[in-house]
Amino acid sequence: MDITSEDALVDAVKGASGALAVRGGGTRGVPAVGDVLSVAGLNGISLYEPGALTLVAQPGTPVADIEAALAQENQRLAFEPMDHRGLLGTTGTPTIGGVMAANVSGPRRISVGAARDFLLGVRFVDGRGAIVKNGGRVMKNVTGYDLVKLMAGSFGTLGVLTEVSMKVLPRPETQATLVLLGLDDVGGVSALARALGSPFEVTGAAHDPAAQKTMLRIEGFETSVAYRLGQLRALLTTTGAEMDVLDEKASESMWMTVRDVAAFQGQSGDIWRVSCKPSDGPAIAARSGAEAWFYDWAGGLIWLRAAPGHDVRTQIGTFDGHATLVRADASTMAQFGMFHPETAGVARLTAGLRAQFDPKGIFNAGLMENAA
Amino acid sequence: MEMPVPNPAIMACKARVVERLQAVLPDDAVIFDERETRAYECDALTAYKCPPMVAVLPSSTQQVSDVLRICHEEGVPVVPRGSGTSLAGGALPTADCVILGVARMNDVIETDYENRIIRVQTGRTNLSVTGAVEENGFFYAPDPSSQLACAIAGNIAMNSGGAHCLKYGVTTNNLMGVKMVLMDGEIIDFGGGHLDAGGLDLLGLICGSEGQLGVVTEATLRILHKPEGARPVLIGFDDNEVAGACVSDIIKAGVLPVAIEFMDRPCIEATEAFAKAGYPMCEALLIVEVEGSDAEIDHQLELISEIARRHNPVELRQSKSAEESAKIWLGRKSAFGAMGQINDYMCLDGTIPVSSLPHVLKRIGEMSDHYGLKVGNVFHAGDGNMHPLILFDANKPGDLELCEEFGAEVLKLCVEVGGCLTGEHGVGIEKRDLMHVQYAHDDLDAQMAVKDVFDPAWLLNPAKVFPLDASESRRAVKLAAE
Repeated sequence: MDITSEDALVDAVKGASGALAVRGGGTRGVPAVGDVLSVAGLNGISLYEPGALTLVAQPGTPVADIEAALAQENQRLAFEPMDHRGLLGTTGTPTIGGVMAANVSGPRRISVGAARDFLLGVRFVDGRGAIVKNGGRVMKNVTGYDLVKLMAGSFGTLGVLTEVSMKVLPRPETQATLVLLGLDDVGGVSALARALGSPFEVTGAAHDPAAQKTMLRIEGFETSVAYRLGQLRALLTTTGAEMDVLDEKASESMWMTVRDVAAFQGQSGDIWRVSCKPSDGPAIAARSGAEAWFYDWAGGLIWLRAAPGHDVRTQIGTFDGHATLVRADASTMAQFGMFHPETAGVARLTAGLRAQFDPKGIFNAGLMENAA
Repeated sequence: MEMPVPNPAIMACKARVVERLQAVLPDDAVIFDERETRAYECDALTAYKCPPMVAVLPSSTQQVSDVLRICHEEGVPVVPRGSGTSLAGGALPTADCVILGVARMNDVIETDYENRIIRVQTGRTNLSVTGAVEENGFFYAPDPSSQLACAIAGNIAMNSGGAHCLKYGVTTNNLMGVKMVLMDGEIIDFGGGHLDAGGLDLLGLICGSEGQLGVVTEATLRILHKPEGARPVLIGFDDNEVAGACVSDIIKAGVLPVAIEFMDRPCIEATEAFAKAGYPMCEALLIVEVEGSDAEIDHQLELISEIARRHNPVELRQSKSAEESAKIWLGRKSAFGAMGQINDYMCLDGTIPVSSLPHVLKRIGEMSDHYGLKVGNVFHAGDGNMHPLILFDANKPGDLELCEEFGAEVLKLCVEVGGCLTGEHGVGIEKRDLMHVQYAHDDLDAQMAVKDVFDPAWLLNPAKVFPLDASESRRAVKLAAE
C-alpha cells in the first residue's frame, strides 16, 4: 500500500485487519511482516529556517534531499545518519522517517547527540487511526510528555510518522583527523577516552583493530582545528604511537567509511552492533567469538562480523548495554531476534505502551518483542 | 487555580498510613504533625499552598519502594519532591497526599572519568554534581538558574535547561540512565553507561514526565571536561528587530556560541538601577558567549562582532578578561533580583521560533499597556526560550489574577507563532489548564495513555500537567476502585 496523504494513512490504518509492515525507503533491513505500508510518497520539506536551525519534513523525504537543502545554507544533519545500503545490500532511497524511526546516528553521536536529540517534533498516526502531534519546531520544549523521544527509535511499532521537525546545525569551516598507529584494542580505546576527556572537542573517535589505527576527528575554524590537533598530539605522546594527520578531504571520506561500516561491506557473515560502556568495549569484543570488529563512539559502539548463526549475544553474556543483530539470514534473525532481550520490567512497560498506541497489534507485529 | 477536592476517605486513614510508613522508615523520616507538614506546603510557585497529609524523607531506593508500595495499597496520592524549586507548582501538594522528598538521598555513587559519567542519588543538587568532579576539570552541563538549590530529581522530572543549553543541550541530552521506582514499588533500571536504548527509548519518555511515571532515585549523568576558557561580547541595539536579525545572522554564520542572552529595555533599566553593571540604555542587549582557548575565543568574538557591526549596534564590548566577563554577566544574572526589587513578578517560560521575536515582543508590549502591568523580557535568544517577567502587587486584590490572565495571553501567543507553553520550567499546575491551547484531544490522550501504563491508578502527582477535565475520567477510575 502506497500512502500519499495523512488522510489516506488514517483510512488505511482504520481499515487494516492484519499486520502492516511500516516502511520508508526500505533500506535498513528491518524484518517486519505483513502488508507493506509505504510512506515514501509522503515526501517534501515543508519548512526550513536556517536562522532558527530548524527543518520540517514529511517522513518519506529522501535523506539526500534534506542534506542537499541544508548544504545550500552551509548546514547539515549533525548526527550524521548512517546509510545502511552498502552493509545490507539493500536498494532504495533512505528516508528521513526511517532515520528517525530507527534512531540512526553516526560517529558524531558522541559529541552532538543522536537522531533522537535532534528530533524536535512529530506527527504520527497511531494504531486506532488517530492523528497525534507532540513536541514542535522549537529547540526547548517541555510541554507535556516527550513522545518525540518515544517515537524516535520505536521502529514504527507505536505509530506511523507523518511529519518530523528537526534541529539542524551549521557545517564547520573545516575538519581534520589525527591517526594514531600501532595501538591494540585496549590501548586504542584508552587513547580515545583520554582525548574525549580533554577540552578539545573531539567529534569522532574510532579504533580499527585490523589496521591498528586509532582515529580522532576535530572540526571547526581552520586555526582552531590546527591548534586542537597540536594539543591532542601533545596529550597523546605518552601512548608512544606514531601519529599521522588526515586533511579535510581524507578525513571526510574516512569518517564516511566508519559511518557506513565499509569494512564489512561485501563480506559474508552476520553483522552485530553492540552498544556498551566504552571502556568495556575491548573485553566484550574479545569474548564475543566474532571474526572481526571495530569500534566507534570511543569504544561504546562495536560493529562485529561473526560466522553465520553464531550467537554473539549469548557469548558476550551480561553487560551494561545491548547487542542488535543487524544482518543475518531470515532463520538466524528469527532465532535470535533483531533486538536484545529486555528485563522483565522494561518488557512489561514496552508491551503496555504498544497495547495503548497500537491496540490491534498491527504495526510491525513481532518486532521489538524480545523479552528476556 | 483549581485543584481536585481532597478525598475525605483517604484523610480518615491518616493514622494507619502514618503507622505503616513508620514501620518502614526511621522515625524522623515521617512528618505528619500539622505544624511540620507546613514546610512542604508549596514550591517556588508560592502563590499556591496546601500542606500535605504526610511528608516522608526516605534515604534509600528500597525505602522509596516501601513507601510507594504502601501508598499504592492504601490508595494515597504521592507527590514527589526534589528541592522544591519548581516555578510551575510541580511539587504542590494536595491535602490528601504524601509528599515524597528525596533530599536525603544525595550521595555520589560512582565517578567514572574514563567513560565520562557520574552516578548520583537524585536528591543531590545540580551544582554539587559539578562540585564532585570539578577538581578533575569536569562539569555537568545543564545549568538551570536555581542550580545551587535544585535537585537532579527535579531536573529529570522537568527536563531542566539553563543558559548554556544552546551548545550542551538540556537534561534529556545529558541523562544516560536512571533507577526508577514505579507506584506499585517495583524498581526498574533504564539505560546506563551506554549511549542508546536497546528497545523503546523509555529513558527519553521518563525525562520531563513531571514525577507522574515513577520516582527516580539514581541517575547516570554525562560529564564533560571544562572548556579552556569562555568570554562574552555585549552588543546593544536601538531596535528589537535588528537584535533579532543579528542573532539569526550569528547562528547562520556557523559560530555556535554557548549562550546568546537577550534583555529588553525595561529589563535593562531595572538591572542598571539595581546592579549598576554599566549597560548601555538601549532597546535590546545581547550577551553572546563563546568557549575555547584564548586565541579561539578572540577569533569567534571577532566574527560575531563583525556580524554585529553590520547591524549598527549602539554598543559593542568584547570581554578581554575574567573581570570584564563578570561585569558583562553581572546585570543578566541580577535581572530576576532587580525585577523583584520593583515588585512581585511572575516568570513565564514560553518558547518561540527565533524568527518571531520582534513580533512577539511588540505584542507583549501592547498587552502590557492593555493590562496595565509592566513586563521585562529576559530571553535565551539562541533557542527562542523567553522569560517575560510580569510585575504585579501580590497585596493588591485582583492583581495576581490579572497577571495570570496576561501570562496566559502571552503563552497563547507563543503557541500561535509556532512555539510552546514552556521551554524549561514544566507544566505543573501553572500551565496545566493551557494544555488545550497547544494540544488537541488526541494529543493529550496519547500522553495520558503513557501514564495509564506506568501508573494505572493515577496516584503519582495526579493533578498536574493535564487539564483536570481531560484527566478526570482516568482519575475517577482510581476513586471508583476504592
